[in-house]
Amino acid sequence: MTAAIETRQLSYWQALNEAIKQEMRRDQTVFVMGEDQAGAAGRQAQGLIDAWGGPFGVTRGLIQEFGPERVKDTPISEAAFIGAGVGAAINGLRPVVDLMFTHFAGVAWDQITNKFAREHYVTGGQACVSMVLKTFGPCYAPFLHFPGMKCVAPSDPYTAKGLMTAAIRDDNPVVIFDSLRLLRTKGPVPEAPYTIELGKSRVVKEGSDVTLIGVSWLTTTCLDVAQRFESQGVDVEVVDLLTLEPLDEDTILRSLAKTKRIVITDQDHPRCSLARDIACIIAERAFDYLDAPIVTVTPPAIPELTGPDETRIEDAIRRVIE
Amino acid sequence: MDPDRALLLWMYEHLLLSRKFEEGLIRASTTDGQVRVGHPYIGQEAVAVGACAALQVEDYVVSNHRSHGHAIAKGVEPRRLMAELLRRTDGPSKGKGGEMGMADYAVGFMSSTEIVGGNIPMAIGIALASQYKHDGRVTVSFFGDGASNQGTFHEGLNLASIWRLPVVFICENNGYAEATPVEYAIAVDDIAARAAGYAMPGTVVDGHDTLSVYAAVSEAVDRCRKGDGPTLIEAKTYRYFGHYYGDAHHRYRTEKEVEEHKARDCIDKFRQLLLGKKVVDKDQLEAIDEKVSEVIHSALDFARQSPPLSDSERLAGVYV
Repeated sequence: MTAAIETRQLSYWQALNEAIKQEMRRDQTVFVMGEDQAGAAGRQAQGLIDAWGGPFGVTRGLIQEFGPERVKDTPISEAAFIGAGVGAAINGLRPVVDLMFTHFAGVAWDQITNKFAREHYVTGGQACVSMVLKTFGPCYAPFLHFPGMKCVAPSDPYTAKGLMTAAIRDDNPVVIFDSLRLLRTKGPVPEAPYTIELGKSRVVKEGSDVTLIGVSWLTTTCLDVAQRFESQGVDVEVVDLLTLEPLDEDTILRSLAKTKRIVITDQDHPRCSLARDIACIIAERAFDYLDAPIVTVTPPAIPELTGPDETRIEDAIRRVIE
Repeated sequence: MDPDRALLLWMYEHLLLSRKFEEGLIRASTTDGQVRVGHPYIGQEAVAVGACAALQVEDYVVSNHRSHGHAIAKGVEPRRLMAELLRRTDGPSKGKGGEMGMADYAVGFMSSTEIVGGNIPMAIGIALASQYKHDGRVTVSFFGDGASNQGTFHEGLNLASIWRLPVVFICENNGYAEATPVEYAIAVDDIAARAAGYAMPGTVVDGHDTLSVYAAVSEAVDRCRKGDGPTLIEAKTYRYFGHYYGDAHHRYRTEKEVEEHKARDCIDKFRQLLLGKKVVDKDQLEAIDEKVSEVIHSALDFARQSPPLSDSERLAGVYV
């Protein structure tokens, strides 16, 4: 990778858009489907096309290049079009299906848990559910509960493109949890297609005193917090999860073996959450590494998701290093 | 188009295979605690056989929880079907699917499901891929009267209609959703009338009559192949057993009602038809019966000798 390529800046939504566009060019079986992936469906004759370009513009411009056969706008029928995505996948296509917001999943939950996640296993491997479900939202724990679907959460434009490309090429069902907080953020993104391996987390800042687990937009927050602690002489290592399932336990435990202390951040509800799942894995597999109790930093258990903010992450780090 | 002699004999053989398969399964369950019958299709065979007779091998069938009859009619080998039901590794899903994960891609039998109405979206997705690839194939989606009250029915039929997908929706109205009669649970007399809401043809057929089902499905398949989109066919049928084997169905329906339907049994009816049209004589019918009984007998032996899933096999295969 040359320096010149790395300096090209794209926003998060542009990175997703480019990944989908390049994969659609590369592979005729890739198509997108969902609500208003273009918008103004069927009104091209009136000069009306691509009214929305997908919720938040993620699929903007695709219909002009690939046509309505490969950019399929749907009625507001999540159960039908997510299940149809599974059907199309087992019949040889690679659908990229849009569930606008994660909390809409409830109306399609049978299709997601019993078809999307399970069809490969229950058919003894006959079904190949080569489908991507992309969605905006932080509520990923219910998905992680059900074996069979890979789950990823990019943390910046670079990982958005790499993970989306990898997800489309993967033969398994993959859910991509995007964040509205990241939508307009910019970062360096190479133009040529590239993949980020599913199932791997990455250490985004090395440190020796404390492991701080970040996910999605929280990774940037964690990096900011780590920087502030550096001036106080506390060396924080930040791990960006990227893939939530299958979970890269080794990267987490390797970091913990070095730092002996861990703070896990999460943007999801706390009960039965990813943060507490990781805490449990550590308690079972690496209790002896710990020099301080595991601390999780999550939103409060109220029916609305906000945060967590930086102050609470800082407080958590102080607790484990005291 | 009237079915030729070969197709008539195929129909009879498959009606009988389906019936005797489940009778064999029931017999086995009375002596072997490991054998679970699940949801018998007995009484409804004319629907699956009539429908699949109108399909080509490369066409697709998507099933529901009452999957045995659909599987046999689409060409799943009885011995492999039996192995799957007994959760043995020689089943097409290697014993991981059972009754409601039944699928055999080799013959276009694509999926079953435990959720009522849950596979309607799957069927339209398979049809969508056929349209995308221009492969000329048709998908049949089997579901029951109960499924027509699910949201997936409304969403799925609408989507199939606006995209003119090559799919035939076959609603097997057997009179009951579990223990709830249709006249209580469904606001219209004919489920086929609901097709009007999706601007597609809706037809009622006698589900005890294999040839009526065959004719209606043939017409719907032709529409699909011409690119004219989906059809809803309601087959009025009846299950002789309860919702599941062991269900105390006499608590929600009378013996008289059951007997009335049995008097119109689809297999008896087909036998009379074959004899009446002199397609076969009594000796030939008997020979077919014996052949089918032998197939089912050896299917049970095959399934019982097939190895069960090992722990390592059970733990593998979550991902490709």
